Amino acid sequence: MLAIWKRELQNYYLTPIGYVFMGIFLLVGGVMFYLGNIMGMTPSAATLLGNLNYIFMLTVPILTMRLLSEERRTKTDQLLITSPLRIWDIVGGKFLAAATVVLLTTCCTLLYIALLSRYTDRMYPAAIACNYLGFLLLSLCYVALGLLMSALTESQVSAAVLTLGVNILLQILESVFSSSSFALPGALSFLRPVLSWFSLYSRYNQFAAGRLSFANILYYLSFSGLMLFLTVRVIDRRRWSEG
Amino acid sequence: MKGESFFMIEIQHVTKRYGDKLAVNDVTFTINKGEILGFLGRNGAGKTTTMNIITGYISASSGSVLLDGYDILADPLEVKRRIGYLPELPPLYPDMTVDEYLRFVCAIKGVKRSRVSAHLNDITELVGLGEVRGRLIRNLSKGYRQRVGMAQALVGNPEVVILDEPTVGLDPKQILEVRRMIRQLGEDHTIVLSSHILQEVADVCNRLVIIHQGKIVAEDSLEHLTHADGDTRKLRLRIAGPEAEVLQALRSMEGVTQADSLGSLEKESFDFLLQGEAGTDLRRAVFSRMSEKGYPILIQRPVDLDLEDVFLQLTGDSREEA
Repeated sequence: MLAIWKRELQNYYLTPIGYVFMGIFLLVGGVMFYLGNIMGMTPSAATLLGNLNYIFMLTVPILTMRLLSEERRTKTDQLLITSPLRIWDIVGGKFLAAATVVLLTTCCTLLYIALLSRYTDRMYPAAIACNYLGFLLLSLCYVALGLLMSALTESQVSAAVLTLGVNILLQILESVFSSSSFALPGALSFLRPVLSWFSLYSRYNQFAAGRLSFANILYYLSFSGLMLFLTVRVIDRRRWSEG
Repeated sequence: MKGESFFMIEIQHVTKRYGDKLAVNDVTFTINKGEILGFLGRNGAGKTTTMNIITGYISASSGSVLLDGYDILADPLEVKRRIGYLPELPPLYPDMTVDEYLRFVCAIKGVKRSRVSAHLNDITELVGLGEVRGRLIRNLSKGYRQRVGMAQALVGNPEVVILDEPTVGLDPKQILEVRRMIRQLGEDHTIVLSSHILQEVADVCNRLVIIHQGKIVAEDSLEHLTHADGDTRKLRLRIAGPEAEVLQALRSMEGVTQADSLGSLEKESFDFLLQGEAGTDLRRAVFSRMSEKGYPILIQRPVDLDLEDVFLQLTGDSREEA
């Protein structure tokens, strides 16, 4: 797993992908910081991180699209699968590599927090740490989802578009179902609490509000775990395919 | 049993189904320790599928593969540790240098860190990669890429090396070099070499397995399969003389079953293909007959059965149909 992690991480910075990802994120993030916090004259870290997470939702697919699809297209997966590695090692290594880039990028945003703290004395380190925890856990969900999509196709573009599509769909469904103005037909009304419980984003708001809940942490971790599990199953299943 | 099996690889009743088509159909054969086995078949005959099953890249629909007594499904890691595989398309990462790539392969194959440098020096020397180790794989020529693929298969010093069409797309000099390499490797490895060219395996293999439409049609030594042991039933001739008369003279000879003209390839001479009954050697008879008639023989060469002929014999379909 360590070898795969190392290779993928190196690869992010041997190819432009790592730089493009970080570059776009920091550029857009910088603009948002300027417009939202500087021009808006608010020292709220929660607003900033909420916006930044939105950028992650849109840019993480760049990071994950290549991971498995490209191996299959160029048949380098033959090397990985015929090596004495478990499929878990391959998937886990790739997940951790993308997660590392996400973590590094997230660390860059601490600069904004440092800047904000100069202008306010109402910074609560514990609340910000809680916010960051939610931020990272949610980002890992994007990574795991992107990895699964990358396992489903041989084309990087399809993988990226699929990931983006699912992310956006999840978000739309959630905002639709959580708004009370949207009336569900009687038979389907039970969906509202179910969907809002499964929603990725409403849980993030609790982190952002500084409420640390074990259930929410567990939920994000299980979501990522489930995506990784499905990824392993997809790869393993393909070896048995008779289609 | 494990590790003490007489056979290196035992393939038993392996079948792989794709939809309605059987890519590999009830294939059974064994590979002995230390031999170089040639795995022959036309394109699409099921060679690559079989090799992918042996190496654990894909799984068979039914049947079993044992490597040194370990089952590929029950002990996949034990099997994979013992196999080096060079697929038809070498699995290379173009953005890495040769050295980075080979170090990565060492890591995933579990080569001890302290041994990596010495191990890589040995391998790159064997396959002749020394001078390009620092270059990006994307900038290498096809021949060098093939060598990197070969080096990758040798990492970890596996007991079995499986090579899928290792010479496809190489120039003649590179092909000779790959063959030399395979012969050298064969001294202390079990090797499976797939190809659709008889010449290729004739040179280096001890034994042949021929696959046709997913089924094994022959498993034997090269000599037995091609009658290369002096049974010169087919002759290729170039004779300086009038086409019709020479053909007439050849056809009237005893023991000749068929004589055909192949046209004129050299000035004032014609080429002929002569076929005799089994067990006859026509060379002396042709010589005396032609000297009788006063037509000089420019070339007289026995034609070994080629793969196509072996197929014809083994599968019973005619060359025209195929």
